[in-house]
Amino acid sequence: MAMDAIQLNLLKEVAGLEKIPKGAYNIRANGESAGRNTTANIDIVSKEDGTGIDIIIKPGTKNESVHIPVVISESGITEFVYNDFFIGEDADVVIIAGCGIHNCGADLSKHDGIHTFHVGKNAKIKYVEKHYGDGDGTGGRVMNPKTVINIAEGGYMEMETTQIKGIDSTDRVTTAVLDDKATLIVTEKLMTHGEQYAKTDFVIEMNGLDCSAHVVSRSIAKDKSKQLFTSNVKGNNRCNGHTECDAIVMGDAVVAAIPQIEANNVEASLIHEAAIGKIAGEQLIKLMTLGLTEAEAEEHIVNGFLK
Amino acid sequence: MLELKNICYTAEEGGKEILKDINLNINERFIAITGPNGSGKSTLAKIIAGIVTPTSGQILFNGEDITELSITERAKKGISFAFQQPVRFKGITVRDLITIASGNSKLSVAAACEYLSEVGLCAKDYINREVNASLSGGELKRIEIATVLAREAQLTIFDEPEAGIDLWSFNNIISVFENLYEKIQGSIMIISHQERILNIADKIILLSGGQLKKVGTKEEVLPELLYVASGCKATEKNTEEDK
Repeated sequence: MAMDAIQLNLLKEVAGLEKIPKGAYNIRANGESAGRNTTANIDIVSKEDGTGIDIIIKPGTKNESVHIPVVISESGITEFVYNDFFIGEDADVVIIAGCGIHNCGADLSKHDGIHTFHVGKNAKIKYVEKHYGDGDGTGGRVMNPKTVINIAEGGYMEMETTQIKGIDSTDRVTTAVLDDKATLIVTEKLMTHGEQYAKTDFVIEMNGLDCSAHVVSRSIAKDKSKQLFTSNVKGNNRCNGHTECDAIVMGDAVVAAIPQIEANNVEASLIHEAAIGKIAGEQLIKLMTLGLTEAEAEEHIVNGFLK
Repeated sequence: MLELKNICYTAEEGGKEILKDINLNINERFIAITGPNGSGKSTLAKIIAGIVTPTSGQILFNGEDITELSITERAKKGISFAFQQPVRFKGITVRDLITIASGNSKLSVAAACEYLSEVGLCAKDYINREVNASLSGGELKRIEIATVLAREAQLTIFDEPEAGIDLWSFNNIISVFENLYEKIQGSIMIISHQERILNIADKIILLSGGQLKKVGTKEEVLPELLYVASGCKATEKNTEEDK
């Protein structure tokens, strides 16, 4: 299936792709497959019941990447996708996912999905996920991504998740279970505006000996948007856990942050931090003394914060 | 270049009179503002930069009344201000700040680095650092000065530039001012308590209790400075004079 200009633009926004990527990929457009490529080490297989795909990465695969973007440009499409990632032992790969919705119509466009990761022993992955919406229709743009993570002994996963604008409602859930010496680093960047609502929730079970988890969320809430951040980092063994939420509120926005930590083992070492506030007046003043207008200064501060 | 006419400022909170009828004419190369803590030096500088609005009075810059102009408009007209306590930013890098300050969005890395070298920082170690809490007070202060240098403004105001900077760098601060003058041929106004800075000033402005106590050359002002610095005695003297 050939892609049109709107779809290509969405693809660029969510996956940074100007054209068809190198290596393994699976592109889903308006609920259908729009292209797939596999490599000697990375296989992509449709689930028999048609609900999603399995991405199978052979043990020892190094320096390869997988792109699995989803774009929706027709109004009124709602879909629920299950994608499972099997990352073999000692593999070292980058997985780039993302979903873009362009809704010019009046009907709701909705993409819900569950991404499940099975990170093998001593495997290392970087998972980049970006959500984006545009189009000036009255139909809603809704995304509810769920990420389920299992990291085996010595495995390492870095997750970068970004939702900068255009999604009217989102309920993001991430759960993780960590085995011995496993590491999970999550960086979330969120910006809501208008009347948008974003809820994000992390539950991390640190079961393994000497495993560690860092969950860092930076968000900006503008206009009348609302955000709720909750996280629960549980230390069930000798481990290190850290959860942090840093938010800027603007206009009439509302942000609530509940970073929870739970030590179920005397050797667990856990830290939580949360800060919410408006842009510091002295930051605006400083940039204005350098010749920026107040609006330009605000833009620089916001862009820097989410960089 | 800069003229202050009957500037008064009363703090909104508490109603304290911070500045009383300040009249000044500034055209010199180096102007030092000195005086005891709480004498209104920083407030005066902020009034010039537009950060604080005077309760009454008029500010003229190159003959133009800028009293009603915003911080941004004054910055664009050529007024630059280095904060006493520099501001930290999450995510904004040293390079970003210098680029914004230069007004040239295509400023080369090499050009940005030059400003850092001028304040004694190894440019490659700092150019991509975020201006956040990971920088020490002294590092931040030098970056603040580098940023202001990049503005190349006609009037540059430094609020206690030496505060928090180690002695080694302090010796270089004076040459930083001299180099800036060489380049811009504008005026450099420095709030300071340091004799070494007062020594290079063409004009010293001595403030005490929100009033101009003395304006003149070093020879004229320094004896008065000792009097003001003795605190209570100075007040007694003023009371006598007032009578």
